Amino acid sequence: MTAELIHRLHFAFTVTFHYLFPQLTMGLALLIVVLKSVALKTGSEQWNRAARFWGRVFGINFVFGVVTGIPMEFEFGTNWSKFSELSGGVIGQPLAMEGVFSFFLESAFLGLFLYGEKRLSKTMHWFSAFMVFVGSWISGFFIIVTDAWMQHPVAYDRLPNGQFQVLSFWQLLLNPWALLQYAHNMTGAVVTASFVMAAVGAFYLLDKRYEAFGRIFLKVGVTAGVISTILIIFPTGDLHGKYVARNQPAAIAAMEGLFKTETGAGVVLVGQPNEETGQIDNPIVVNDLLSFLIYGTTKAEVKGLDQIPRDQWPTALPLLYYAYHIMAGLGTYFTALMLLAAFLLWRGQIYNTRWMLWLLLISFPLPYIANTAGWMTAEIGRQPWIIYGLMRTSEGFSHTVSAGNGLFTLIGFMGLYLLLGLLFTVLVYREISHGPLSEATAPESVHAH
Amino acid sequence: MMGFLWFWLVAVMIVGYVVLDGFDLGVGVLHLFLTKTEAERQTALHSIGPVWDGNEVWLLAGGGTLYFAFPLLYASAFSGFYLPLMIVLWLLVLRGVSLELRNHIEVGVWTSLLDGVFGFSSTLLTIFFGAALANVLRGVPLQADGYFFLPLWTNWQPGPHPGILDWYTVIGGLVALVALTLHGALWLTIKVSGDLEQRARKVVTPLWFALVALTVVSLVATIAVRPESLRNYAAYPFTYVVPVGVVAALACVWLWNRKAQPVKAFLASCLYLFFMLAGACWGVYPTLLPATTGADRDITLSRAISGPHTLAVGLAWWAFGMTLAIGYIVFVYSRFKGKADASSH
Ligand code: HDD
Ligand code: HEM
Ligand code: HEM
Repeated sequence: MTAELIHRLHFAFTVTFHYLFPQLTMGLALLIVVLKSVALKTGSEQWNRAARFWGRVFGINFVFGVVTGIPMEFEFGTNWSKFSELSGGVIGQPLAMEGVFSFFLESAFLGLFLYGEKRLSKTMHWFSAFMVFVGSWISGFFIIVTDAWMQHPVAYDRLPNGQFQVLSFWQLLLNPWALLQYAHNMTGAVVTASFVMAAVGAFYLLDKRYEAFGRIFLKVGVTAGVISTILIIFPTGDLHGKYVARNQPAAIAAMEGLFKTETGAGVVLVGQPNEETGQIDNPIVVNDLLSFLIYGTTKAEVKGLDQIPRDQWPTALPLLYYAYHIMAGLGTYFTALMLLAAFLLWRGQIYNTRWMLWLLLISFPLPYIANTAGWMTAEIGRQPWIIYGLMRTSEGFSHTVSAGNGLFTLIGFMGLYLLLGLLFTVLVYREISHGPLSEATAPESVHAH
Repeated sequence: MMGFLWFWLVAVMIVGYVVLDGFDLGVGVLHLFLTKTEAERQTALHSIGPVWDGNEVWLLAGGGTLYFAFPLLYASAFSGFYLPLMIVLWLLVLRGVSLELRNHIEVGVWTSLLDGVFGFSSTLLTIFFGAALANVLRGVPLQADGYFFLPLWTNWQPGPHPGILDWYTVIGGLVALVALTLHGALWLTIKVSGDLEQRARKVVTPLWFALVALTVVSLVATIAVRPESLRNYAAYPFTYVVPVGVVAALACVWLWNRKAQPVKAFLASCLYLFFMLAGACWGVYPTLLPATTGADRDITLSRAISGPHTLAVGLAWWAFGMTLAIGYIVFVYSRFKGKADASSH
């Protein structure tokens, strides 16, 4: 294994694991604000308890997000030193802003939200939940700005020593790629949280425990679910796809498995890309759809991989193709499921419709898969570039860190994260089985005398 | 001018990190030894519970600031110190998880395990941080392209091809261990009461003597390993206020702890950390990372500084953002002011 491959795997593994947590953090922060708002408005203790319950789950999830996020910040330097040296003047900027503008805010208000309920007024407690939401969404924004600049560099120039520098603060933050990616990605986070909340609600109803809470969770989960699953396809996924098609033709061709340039290109629903023969095996295709989705007419020409030099093809082409199809396929399923669930909710039948409750219960892992697949699409689609069109991934890794040293720490992370994953599962499961009425945890940690 | 400014802004972030996360690391080192009952242990941990995460953000924000202001330094140092940094990351992961999850597990065996992990990771972290600073002061074997890779140890001598650990950096690690443990003990004297408070106050005395001795040893050792450290002091003699400040801060720690004025003693300890770090920075300035392989390979301020636009843009939001951040921090500390308590009501 080459050093380059090890560093790629190192980063991919640690960031993929990290993102399992923030997606729930960001989505759940929003849903907790919803619960708190209803509680504040109606004075309902039920809804307040519901919020407190999710606050406890949030607290556990947040810790894992924090401890797996810290390594990410350092890996730019440890594993991608050459990239960091040249791009630090740009990339370092949003990364530092994330710390300064959001992590301080989040950690401050989360302490108040989790530990301070007894010493804050109701409105102030609502406000601290709201600020946690704001903090986590700002944090998502800055990290997306960072990534978007690597996907679609803007507002930079190069110094004589080859380094990049920022020319405009606002252009960097308002990179159109970043705005589209942010909208789509945050919607994805809400999808995860709605599925998780709906699944816990379904679990309580099926198990005939805490049924009043189960209903609240289903109500909020399904309502947020139907909105977010629609938004994730249209307009956010659709617009994001069009933008990728215009700016990263190699990526879109590989995602769609389009080996040959076509007018009236179709969408492959199922099929296996065969890099050797340059075609899709066992295809099921909807004719003309791709041209229509990208350009709004069935007759438009879409560039295939044949027009792109081989050394600019994404390096893990089949994986990219599958990742994209998994995301889009699951997205379609989510929307169908949530539309049905919303219909049953509206008719007041969902609480007794066991098959629907079962479907909601077992579907909760799928948004995690879809979000991960989406990121793999974005990141593998960018290959072989680390900064699209400007710097190759092979020029960016830490040349002083050998493959052996990299593998050593990769294995270390794998072991550590396996442990964390188990711990997380046990803790969240315990919290759910203790249920919303338990006050065992979340201590009032400090007393003024 | 921009270089000078950003050098000190990054230094301020690092000092902020050491002063703030320092006391919760110190509590981590002490809590196993100082507490006798489960209630006391909970009290000790609750004294840092709501603030440790915010304290750690200083490390991230400082790292990010270093990254964009001095990209070459960030790239070279982080890849060169690859192995110890990865170990630091693992320790930070273990430490965060073990501290937070204690609240969610009521089974005695597991809480004991978590306490052990928390104490172990806190202790090793203080040593690593001290050793890291000592590595920077001693210098590293930079190649012509500005990069290096350090093994964990070679022959334990700080020569031209040292390892992360040699006798000099081990001294650095010990200074940090003792200084931060003392810092944590002083924090506890503010935040806890009763027997635990008395014990925390008592442990200050031996730690204080150890720290005085180690401070002297480390100053002498630094001058022996890198005589150039005195150059700036010689050129601007008024900067000898820094070592004077170190001595004065130490004396105040002693005095105020004696007089049972815990807040003042703790602030004096903050000042001690500030002066030690400021003194170290001033000792290397305007070099950022000295080379053991010849001064022409030093990573200097002018070599590592980012482009002028980056710095101008950075300055605008940095000042605004940090003002806000300090606002929240003051707010949180004021909300959780007073003695910590074990009970949940
Ligand atoms: C619940 C999660 C989820 C679901 C159901 C979908 N997506 Fe997605 N998608 C993401 C979660 C996501 C993501 C994790 O948020 C990504 C990765 C990077 C990013 O910014 O968003 C993403 C990226 C992403 C990209 C960018 C790839 C690149 O940058 O190269 C496109 C074109 C789409 N999505 C399109 C879609 C379409 C057309 C969907 C509907 C059928 C869809 N996504 C469903
Ligand atoms: C959280 C969601 C993310 C996931 C799941 C993810 C996934 C991946 C994967 C799979 C790779 C390997 C690609 C390959 O080598 O073929 C990768 C590489 C990389 N990603 Fe991401 N990524 C995420 C977010 C980010 C963000 C936000 C950034 C920037 C701030 C980023 C920066 C990088 C870098 C620097 C590399 C290594 C260089 C490269 O292979 O291009 N990633 N990521
Ligand atoms: C290269 C990629 C990434 C880096 C360097 C990174 C860095 C970090 C760090 C250091 C933390 C801990 C903050 C603390 O101490 O409070 C964190 C947490 C967090 N990250 Fe990431 N992160 C990355 C990818 C992502 C992505 C892709 C997202 C979402 C779009 C994200 C969203 C968050 C959020 C919301 C938190 C708050 C804690 C939590 O959610 O559990 N991060 N991240």
